[in-house]
Amino acid sequence: MSWVGYTVGASGKRSQIAAITVGTFLLSLAGLIFAPPIARAQQSSDAPPTGNAQNGKKLFMSDGCYECHGREGQGATQTGAVRIGPPQLSFEGFQAYVRAPKNQMPPYTSKALPDQDLADIYAFLKSIPQPPKGKDIPLLNK
Amino acid sequence: MAKRSKHDVNRRKFLKGAAVGAAAGAAALAAGPSSVAAEPKRAVPPAMSPAAEVEVPSVAEVLTADRTGSDYMVDVIKSLGFEYVCANPGSSFRGIHESIINYGGNKSPEFITCCHEESSVAMAHGYYKIEGKPLAVLAHGTVGVQHAAMAIYNAYCDRVPVYVILGNIIDETKRAPGVEWFHSVQDAAAIVRDFTKWDDLPISLEHFAESAVRAYKVAMTPPTLPVVLVADGDLQETPIPSGLKIHIPKLAPAMPPVADSAAVNEVAKLLVAAENPVLVVDRTARTSVGLSCLVDLAEAFQCSVVDESGRMNFPSRHPLNQSDRARQAIAEADVVLGLDVADFYGITHTYRDQIERTSRATTKPNAKLITISADDLYVKSNYQDFQRYSEVDIAIAADSEATLPSLTEAVKRLTTDDRKRAFQDRGARLKATHLQALERSRDAAAFAWDASPISTARLSMELWSQIQDQDWSLVGATTFVNKWPQRLWNFDKHYQYIGTAGGYGVGYNMPAAVGAALANRKYGRLTVNIQCDGDLMYAPGVLWTAAHHKIPLLTVMHNNRAYHQEVMQVQIMADRHSRGIANCGIGTTITGPDISYAKLAESMGMHGEGPISDPKDLGPAIKRALEVVKGGEPALVDVVTQPR
Repeated sequence: MSWVGYTVGASGKRSQIAAITVGTFLLSLAGLIFAPPIARAQQSSDAPPTGNAQNGKKLFMSDGCYECHGREGQGATQTGAVRIGPPQLSFEGFQAYVRAPKNQMPPYTSKALPDQDLADIYAFLKSIPQPPKGKDIPLLNK
Repeated sequence: MAKRSKHDVNRRKFLKGAAVGAAAGAAALAAGPSSVAAEPKRAVPPAMSPAAEVEVPSVAEVLTADRTGSDYMVDVIKSLGFEYVCANPGSSFRGIHESIINYGGNKSPEFITCCHEESSVAMAHGYYKIEGKPLAVLAHGTVGVQHAAMAIYNAYCDRVPVYVILGNIIDETKRAPGVEWFHSVQDAAAIVRDFTKWDDLPISLEHFAESAVRAYKVAMTPPTLPVVLVADGDLQETPIPSGLKIHIPKLAPAMPPVADSAAVNEVAKLLVAAENPVLVVDRTARTSVGLSCLVDLAEAFQCSVVDESGRMNFPSRHPLNQSDRARQAIAEADVVLGLDVADFYGITHTYRDQIERTSRATTKPNAKLITISADDLYVKSNYQDFQRYSEVDIAIAADSEATLPSLTEAVKRLTTDDRKRAFQDRGARLKATHLQALERSRDAAAFAWDASPISTARLSMELWSQIQDQDWSLVGATTFVNKWPQRLWNFDKHYQYIGTAGGYGVGYNMPAAVGAALANRKYGRLTVNIQCDGDLMYAPGVLWTAAHHKIPLLTVMHNNRAYHQEVMQVQIMADRHSRGIANCGIGTTITGPDISYAKLAESMGMHGEGPISDPKDLGPAIKRALEVVKGGEPALVDVVTQPR
């Protein structure tokens, strides 16, 4: 679930760094919401597997999701990776996007990331609590 | 650097004519002056040989000189107003080195000892972006400039005028056997000619003076770019006759190119008539005047400003600053004006890196696209820093900062009362969207706020909370910390940010920060740097330079223990092949052992603390380090961080 932003801004030749990726965030979110119909149809025919959050946390690291999304799924504008902890989408939408991402994220096939592993990761992300609002953290209001 | 051989007595033309006859013979005399000068080498024993110690010299040698060419070269260098010269010592410029520290009194310029030529140039790079004038760099014409090349390329891509002087021995008959041949070259500047604006090889002192002044003028005329001057070793060390006065030409800086008034008027018409105009700025404000001129222009017609942050162009908390919603602002625009934007195509297009690479425009089909850029005045072929060709409606080849006053005046002149009311309404709307974006950024920063490793948002705000009431200057690139400072701090002065490397050549940030801190020192500014670990490891010796020269600078490490951008690049490939990412750390991570940057700093003679991975410990550590910096010395806090 790791992807590197290339979209807006002065892109580095060596590393293709996106400097500003708020727009990418929105586009990515759109990609998640408007996941490919085929992928959705395939998923809707099967019940989503039950996830194990503890295992999902390990997989989140070992499968490299954290590389772009951060260790708590907080997202990063530099990588263009959206915030996914806690996830804002259903498992179906989440899975559809991971399998066939519409923007920069590299595709994770079921060969590289089996459905059960993905469900575990999703369960881990669901277990991450919502943080306080920014206005409630004094250091963020300096 | 390797030192000069000791076997080079009589390398220079120091022998009196009387000495020549007996040693060289009539045949040599008949062959001409150059042969005569070289021949006596055989007559005099090597300086350190046993024979030289016991024999009475058979000839009366001139072994000293009151002044040599290097003294004059230093006079020329002083006339250009350099405060410092950065260098790793090298014998090919030993004459200039000695003249700077003795004849020149080691003042203006002061010699700054560097541990790598890449550090010397990157220091000059950072220094310029604070001070607005070049810092000189000395290097060997061979091994030195090879080390310096990457940093010169960064400066070239970043449009920064670095002034490089290379030592070299042109005349092969003057080179000592061995090292000096390895350290000599036909064309010293050739290796960097593709990414410098101008270079020269002066063959007389008068020539040196003219070329030195010309080089300064060329470097400082937009587009500002690096220049190279070769200082011949023989020219440096040849005695100057007593009483000889050599003219030093006057420097008359060229005025930066301003856009044609008719073109300015055309652009102003479009801006005044537009419903959603956007200014995109990048390397726009070269000076503090540029920043205030840009604010004047934006406020004149209440437009969106998207700051790409190549320089500190526009106040981060100005209500017209829409950088945090750049994509949306550009997508809604009917006029987009780019002011010295490094990659205008990139700001107006998306790009997708899948097996089939695609891009598409993000602007409206009928949006008017305009650029004002000094880059249109100068372009080279080989290195591709010029980015993809932008199909714009109006392209003005000019310096944008110099053009701002006339453009603002034209906008004001064309503004009717009706448009004024529309501008006020637009300004109110933009103020609201600016505040919403700030709120979104604060909410986003709250995620992983208490995480360990420490989030880059937390790192940024722990630092901000302790510097916000000082006269501060952030001199490290914020690219890899999600630009949290620009999103959450209050930037409103020109020296508060200096952009990035330009060419994304890793190894720039730490030495550039030291150079910027050197420039800030005399103003008493508190200089801070957020420093990536991989970048620091290119040439960490610059920490010693900071400690040795007592350059106050707080460095806070963004230590994610990886060349993280490359972790992700390899991961993209592994995902594309469905091979899993288990091996992607091979060649990309900096673990096993973990590097102790605090100990590294301490080993270089500066305060070091860390590694810190608990966010609760970070604030107190920064406070302690700041006390050291306020005392006039550098300090480093190692923070183990989230990847980005």
